Amino acid sequence: MSRKPEKRSRTVIVDDEALARQVLREFLGLHPEIEVVAECANGFEAVKAVTELKPDLLFLDIQMPKLDGFEVLELIDHDMAIVFVTAFDNYAIKAFEVHAVDYLLKPYGADRFEAALGRAKLRMGDKSRGGIVAPESSGNSETSVPPPLADLAAAARPPAQYIQRVPVRDGTRVFIIPVDKLDYAEAQDDYVSLCAEGKKHLKQQTISSLEAALDPSRFMRIHRSFIVNLERVARVEPYAKDSHVAVLLNGTQLPVSRAGYARLRAFLDR
Amino acid sequence: MHPILGNLRRLGLYLLAWFPIGGLIAYVLATSGGISTGEALALAIPLALLFGFMCLSAWYSCRGTPLDHSSLTRLAATHLLAAGLMSGCWIFCVKALAHELSRLQIYPGLDARVSKDYPLLFGIAVLLYLLAVALHYVLLTLQDAQEAEARVLQAGILAREAELKALKAQVNPHFLFNSLNSISALTSSDAVKAREMCILLGDFLRRTLGLGEKSAIPLEEEMSLIRAFLAVEKIRFGPRIQMEENVEKEATEVQIPPLLLQPLVENAVGHGIANLVEGGWIRLDARCQNGTLSIVVENSYDPDAPPRRRNGVGLVNVRQRLATRYGNLATFDVTHDADRFRVALTLPAEREAQKS
Repeated sequence: MSRKPEKRSRTVIVDDEALARQVLREFLGLHPEIEVVAECANGFEAVKAVTELKPDLLFLDIQMPKLDGFEVLELIDHDMAIVFVTAFDNYAIKAFEVHAVDYLLKPYGADRFEAALGRAKLRMGDKSRGGIVAPESSGNSETSVPPPLADLAAAARPPAQYIQRVPVRDGTRVFIIPVDKLDYAEAQDDYVSLCAEGKKHLKQQTISSLEAALDPSRFMRIHRSFIVNLERVARVEPYAKDSHVAVLLNGTQLPVSRAGYARLRAFLDR
Repeated sequence: MHPILGNLRRLGLYLLAWFPIGGLIAYVLATSGGISTGEALALAIPLALLFGFMCLSAWYSCRGTPLDHSSLTRLAATHLLAAGLMSGCWIFCVKALAHELSRLQIYPGLDARVSKDYPLLFGIAVLLYLLAVALHYVLLTLQDAQEAEARVLQAGILAREAELKALKAQVNPHFLFNSLNSISALTSSDAVKAREMCILLGDFLRRTLGLGEKSAIPLEEEMSLIRAFLAVEKIRFGPRIQMEENVEKEATEVQIPPLLLQPLVENAVGHGIANLVEGGWIRLDARCQNGTLSIVVENSYDPDAPPRRRNGVGLVNVRQRLATRYGNLATFDVTHDADRFRVALTLPAEREAQKS
């Protein structure tokens, strides 16, 4: 391998255990081409560090205080090579579905670490040439722009296991919206606007992937652009010819499409 | 074991049922003419009881030809042959008794007078024997059903025991993996501490290994197991864990199921402390009052923590084990408020190892 005196790869380490971070730091210390720019002990710090520092490489634990590893990825739109580092083997499939480069199982040795770093370098190299490699596990060649990480993270959720909370980010600050506080969600281009307790939060995610992640017995897609919390619906009123509005308990009116009306009617008549 | 012969009470009832049958036979004999009622009764009652005994042999032929595994011809042949044999023997006995009664001049000439009734008596005997066959098939079916029920029950108990054993023996593998990773970190930075952690981990594992075999251990032994567990976790989490123990002196000797409290403390670490950036505390209180041991495990926690996979598995296991072992005598309550998670349990305070 030829080592050109190029720009060092900026790396962030995220793990809540100091000793686990120490192992990573030690192994990375043997590579002068790698620069550890931040170490984080919880999910909030990780989101802040990645958003501000825009690293090339991220070593990410999964179970952590505040936000877990997948939630951290949901809040990051920055593209980088991700290596999961965890003691749990049951997240591996989910990890590759969010396009992780590798999945290190604790405890791991130097050989295994070098292999992961090698794959990460390949990914970083490909990206710097403008291409995006598909993860080896998935096999399908992706040439188009990849979907946002939030969509991937949502798609990786096992079926029949719906989210209990939606993390959102405003700049480098993170808010957690429990789903029972969520009144409705509205699609806005590449974003969804989540309305909870009178406040709106923007999140880079498609409304379809949000719909898939929410429990369908509690949330309903009533319109191409709207998902509503069924507990908040006070009544449905005709609006114009062939169209209806859903009136929420707080008075908000949301448009209801024809298909949405049929679904909503079926639910309300139960 | 014969269902009737093997039980004196049942044998008594069975033979009692043969008295009216004897009466019926006597009635048939008396009405057929030439025999007085007294003679008929003297002949019929003892012979009926004798035939009662002879009919018990049907159990063996019934068991030899089970209803659902034998052909109809085999069933008919077996039982008709047995009926003929038994009835023949019995007629021989009738003859012998009638002869004796005549010879001893109790009822002179009885043997001659009764001889015309032998075909009738033979017919009755065959019918009675076949009835006895039917009765024995019913008894066999009942016995099979009871045995099947007992087997199911036994299998259930064995499965439950196996489950309990598995529950007791479980050490969360992720605890092991994370600890090994910590040791791996320490080997290069602090070899002395790495060795210390190896020893602590070994100590904890050795203690848990032996426990799967025991049905109860003193609370003090469980507490030292918890201390060994926390000693390992304290190296992993550093100063983030604070443990407070308040165990009353009288409570230390109370017998509890092994590994009952360790999962609760592990839960407090995994779901409580591990999610708190600044760390947190665990408090374990145990006291003994009026023959009841009360234990409370409390810890600080972050209600906004990300959901975890194994959430609650440890708690469910402990609840199940208490319910299986003590039934209504034990209670298990989980409560939480803004920043405190609390598990309270009570169980009968057993003082020394008892066979449960």
